[in-house]
Amino acid sequence: MKIHEYQAKNILKQYGVAVPRGEMVESREAADAAAKRLFEAGATGVVVKAQIHAGGRGKGGGVKIAKSVAEAAELASKILGMTLVTHQTGPEGRVVRRLLIEETLPIERELYLGIVIDRAQARPVFMASAAGGMEIEQVAAENPAAILKEYIDPGMGLEAFQARKLAFALGIKAQQINQAVQFMTGLYRAFEETDSSLMEINPFITCTDGRLFALDAKMNFDDNAMFRHPSLCELRDVTEEDPLEVEASKYNLNYIKLDGNVGCMVNGAGLAMATMDIIKYAGGMPANFLDVGGGANADQVTHAFEILLSDKNVKAVLINIFGGILRVDTLATGVVEAARKTHIQLPIVLRLEGTNVEAGREILQQSGLNFIVAETMKDAAEKVVAAASA
Amino acid sequence: MSILVNKSTRVIVQGLTGREGTFHAKACAEYGTQIVGGVTPGKGGTTHEGWPIFNTVQEAVDQTAADTSVIFVPPPYAADAIMEAADAELELIVCITEGIPTLDMVRAWEFLQNRRSRLIGPNCPGIISPGHCKIGIMPARIHKEGSVGIVSRSGTLTYEAVYQLTTRGIGQSTAIGIGGDPIIGTNFLDALELFNRDPQTEAVVMIGEIGGNAEETAAEYVKVHMRKPVVGFIAGQTAPPGRRMGHAGAIISGGKGTAAEKIDAMEAAGIRVAKSPAEIGETVAAVLGVKA
Repeated sequence: MKIHEYQAKNILKQYGVAVPRGEMVESREAADAAAKRLFEAGATGVVVKAQIHAGGRGKGGGVKIAKSVAEAAELASKILGMTLVTHQTGPEGRVVRRLLIEETLPIERELYLGIVIDRAQARPVFMASAAGGMEIEQVAAENPAAILKEYIDPGMGLEAFQARKLAFALGIKAQQINQAVQFMTGLYRAFEETDSSLMEINPFITCTDGRLFALDAKMNFDDNAMFRHPSLCELRDVTEEDPLEVEASKYNLNYIKLDGNVGCMVNGAGLAMATMDIIKYAGGMPANFLDVGGGANADQVTHAFEILLSDKNVKAVLINIFGGILRVDTLATGVVEAARKTHIQLPIVLRLEGTNVEAGREILQQSGLNFIVAETMKDAAEKVVAAASA
Repeated sequence: MSILVNKSTRVIVQGLTGREGTFHAKACAEYGTQIVGGVTPGKGGTTHEGWPIFNTVQEAVDQTAADTSVIFVPPPYAADAIMEAADAELELIVCITEGIPTLDMVRAWEFLQNRRSRLIGPNCPGIISPGHCKIGIMPARIHKEGSVGIVSRSGTLTYEAVYQLTTRGIGQSTAIGIGGDPIIGTNFLDALELFNRDPQTEAVVMIGEIGGNAEETAAEYVKVHMRKPVVGFIAGQTAPPGRRMGHAGAIISGGKGTAAEKIDAMEAAGIRVAKSPAEIGETVAAVLGVKA
């Protein structure tokens, strides 16, 4: 699960991590009032930052500095409601609904801090780099030695000496070291206690007056751990997600919308990916990834159908089910019910295999509905691609 | 011969009294697997479907001489169940549970270091040596005893590969689902080492997917050490970057973990990579010199 920058900063503050003073606003009036409070509290400028779940906001025109309350209000009214296109949003962009109005700070250096799970080491790794403000992937590709790493001992957390090593290596001044250690250990505690899957402070800044701040903050959470964080679940902003994906998540369906015209419904993530691949191999393009899971029932299949068909690009549907636990006759009953209920007009290619497959095929044939039955994955892919382009 | 499991493997089921645990324990027992008991805290001393239930894994091991455990415990408690099984010094722990928080697995993984247990999974279909032993949720009837080892991050895609082999008359020595999570016990490299040493196994199929670099690491091993032909497939050639494709571990992040990178590394190591998932069976047949 992703959250906004302002939400991440609110969490970090609770862990003693210094963040600039600021407020989230959703209107020009609120922006005006927030900027006013910041200037009155001694800010020499404010920054108006678009809050969307994507990086590259600055380059896309979603981050601007104002020197007065009036200018801040003016910028806020321009950015609110604009469609921000960045390298992470795709060409369709995202509509800006929220802004963070924040004090500007006397930046001396821009550094990078990040925490991720290292899969090969099976533990979190705390990363630091002097190349702040840059995409870390680019740094990793061009100069991997510039990324310093400290692996975290599970159950121990980031130790002070590890934080000191990183801080000294970043060239942080001796009198700022304790501040840096507090900052970094706070970040790690936040990472662990919120079950984060990724945390990035880019940039992590040093100021000319000696203070250290998280100028930006990105946090992603482990979806599998959200059951123990009800308060974090409330931070979810569904307006940032694809509406069909939000709908699918209500029924525990794993759905990801793509750009093609062949809708697919598959059981199991690996087989679902492989089905997308074989559609492309047959000359078509998948419209989605959809894993109905190992134990899908008729109800879920109906919802899956409705979601697939809500995508207007879909011209044909491929159902590829390898029934192990899920019996093929049960699934066939579900498909027939769903097809009747949703009055489906599109061609449907079915490739069913596994337990009770004969009974399943029988149910399809006797339904009176116009299904195209395929024998193998290859056969199914070729038939559905032909149907989609017909 | 097969790897890791056989007719004398003695299995306890953690979470036996649950719906999934019961269903699959029965299916495994029907296949001939020696299921010797179950563990459900608080239900110790009772019996379930004829099996004795114990409060702790240690008790179950003491009473039944089990050497293996299969875990069907719900995700919030599954990492703890893995650690309990490792503490009781079981040789093999197969964790089927999907949805374990990553940081829980970080702790469990650490706990397993310097202990004797081998973990398979989590978030996997389990392990089967056709004709001998099935510990997991895979449909038994599609398998056939034979000489091809299979190791895969996926469940249903493994069934698809097995089915393509069986329908061509090609049997399997052992099929292991290593799981779709970012942190797993047994990985590709471990499984390949085991198959390399197993006299029954003549060729290996490895089915990977996007995310991480376990396939690349395994390819390095194949290049240097593998004495048997390896056929590969990577799912997710059309997957968009930055999106988790169903499995928690199936994500291209920071431009890394793409199917193209993995296929390149595998081909460079001499692995015959099937471009289409429909070609896994025929690629194995070609490697083994079996007529289609």
